[in-house]
Amino acid sequence: MSCRYSYGGDEHIFVEVDPSMSLEAFFTSLSMTNAVRDAKIEGITEICPANASFQIKFDPDVIAPEDLMARLQELEAQAEAAPAVLDTRIVEIPVYYQDPWTHETLMRFRERHQDPAATDLEYAARINGYDSVEAFIEAHSGAPWFVSMVGFVSGLPFLYQMVDRDRQIEVPKYLRPRTDTPKQTVGYGGCFSCIYSVRGAGGYQMFGITPMPIYDPEQKVAHLKEFMVFFRPGDIVKWKPITREEYDRILREVEEGSYTPRIRPVRFSLEEFNADIDGTNAKLMEALHAD
Amino acid sequence: MPINVISAGISTTVQDLGRPGYYHLGIPMGGAMDRMALRAGNLLVGNEEGAACLECAFFGPELEFTEDAVIAITGAELPPKIDGAPQPTWTALDVRAGQVLSFDYLQAGARAYIAVAGGIDVPMALGSRSTYAIGALGGVKGRAVQPGDELPIGTGAKAGTGKSLPPELRRLPAARAELRILPGLYNHRLTEASLTQFFKEDWRVANEADRMGYRFQGGTPLEFVAQDQPFGAGSDPSNITDACYPYGSVQVPSGAEPIILHRDAVSGGGYFMLGTVISADMDLIGQLQPNMHVRFVPVDMATALQARHDRRQQLDRIRKALA
Repeated sequence: MSCRYSYGGDEHIFVEVDPSMSLEAFFTSLSMTNAVRDAKIEGITEICPANASFQIKFDPDVIAPEDLMARLQELEAQAEAAPAVLDTRIVEIPVYYQDPWTHETLMRFRERHQDPAATDLEYAARINGYDSVEAFIEAHSGAPWFVSMVGFVSGLPFLYQMVDRDRQIEVPKYLRPRTDTPKQTVGYGGCFSCIYSVRGAGGYQMFGITPMPIYDPEQKVAHLKEFMVFFRPGDIVKWKPITREEYDRILREVEEGSYTPRIRPVRFSLEEFNADIDGTNAKLMEALHAD
Repeated sequence: MPINVISAGISTTVQDLGRPGYYHLGIPMGGAMDRMALRAGNLLVGNEEGAACLECAFFGPELEFTEDAVIAITGAELPPKIDGAPQPTWTALDVRAGQVLSFDYLQAGARAYIAVAGGIDVPMALGSRSTYAIGALGGVKGRAVQPGDELPIGTGAKAGTGKSLPPELRRLPAARAELRILPGLYNHRLTEASLTQFFKEDWRVANEADRMGYRFQGGTPLEFVAQDQPFGAGSDPSNITDACYPYGSVQVPSGAEPIILHRDAVSGGGYFMLGTVISADMDLIGQLQPNMHVRFVPVDMATALQARHDRRQQLDRIRKALA
């Protein structure tokens, strides 16, 4: 894998690890951004890892753009040699699929959709070759996901499913973006799932909603007291389909301050994963449910 | 003793120099769209350069002062009035307790800054008072100013009055503005002829022009190099595998209307970008009005750095003039 470097004006360097998404590209991006952080290069003001690329913001009054470019290129070889092993955490996120709120929203924006006669889930299931919405939800929630980028708006995670390429779901974005999306909607665009952290515009297909807050600028929610943003790149997520009753119960617990997300520490090795995808995922599930 | 907001204008927000450091979480730098104007306003009233001011777009607010204050209006030519009496812009003005600051119609530019000695003293959020409305962060309760709000004023500024910034040190875009762009990022996705055409054309600022980004219309739709789309990017030729967006980057969804991302930009997404506005020209974008004509001028890194240097010297001249 050979990276493509470009300047973003006089204050950014943009590095595309690969034009296509893959776990290999994600891990290279993550290793490189870690290497850049560890190198403590003076003049760097922001390090932003993304799915298969990353961006460095810098002050050209402190470091010349070509000098920083050369330093980053040196770090590429170092990052590629680093083992793709990650000490991270796995989080269970409850999802109420086919909920009334995203349903109301998707009906409101039907004229902006590829298939106005179907719901987003029916459409996604059909174009990905699933017989039923239930089978599609099973595929979406059956295997874990990597948080491969945090961004767009405050604390929104982009997630990439940990299955081999031919099992990966792909859906287009809306023909024209919506002006409204319920907060905590679980969306899908390209090969990425996301959770909308705030209410607002959005172009991803809408599959469901989670009662678990992931962004709280007031930091009142129990699991966001330490920091207002929940996710970081490298987090592993497992969706757990829930019913309306469970949804309402969790909302109440969040309100009372008693809700605790299920989070467990895990070590992930890309090499082990590639050698045995289903086996690795099964071990991740064991770690998630070990108490 | 606060400032009482009687009416709020179209979009009046508390802004300072922003909150860098959280873009990797989707929380943008934010801060004044025209940082030079904010700095000049603060220097005029004896504040630290980065103190929080009010940024108002197109229409000014109406504000009642409940204590004596020193203020300055910079940026757009938005003529201030105190109790109805016209006042100069770019000048430190005395306001007495009970007086009302209002504004006449906008004459030039798009965003004016109201600096108050002591600064607007709303609570800090992640190191800045800037309002990031999408994330409900900073400013007054994370949103734009509304009628009925009370804006606290800080203390400790060494307010002088009667200071004025010489006209040659004020900057607003010409009627036909030029924005310099360093080409790059994903410009290889376009045919050479299409990229050349982009820089030759006359573009107009669209109505969709806010703190997140400025949209432009009027040019020829772009032409993409034929390719099989990369896995994960999406099917439209303007789609990329979702990536980070530099501030000032020019994205062109579906190749139709360019959008320049600004201070409250989304931090990333799935649209290709053809280059980035150089840092020295970012302040100018926030002063463009809808329908203004704009040319995009391609430049190299050396020119970008020289322009940045010139801009810093301009700031030094402002500092000297107001010292």
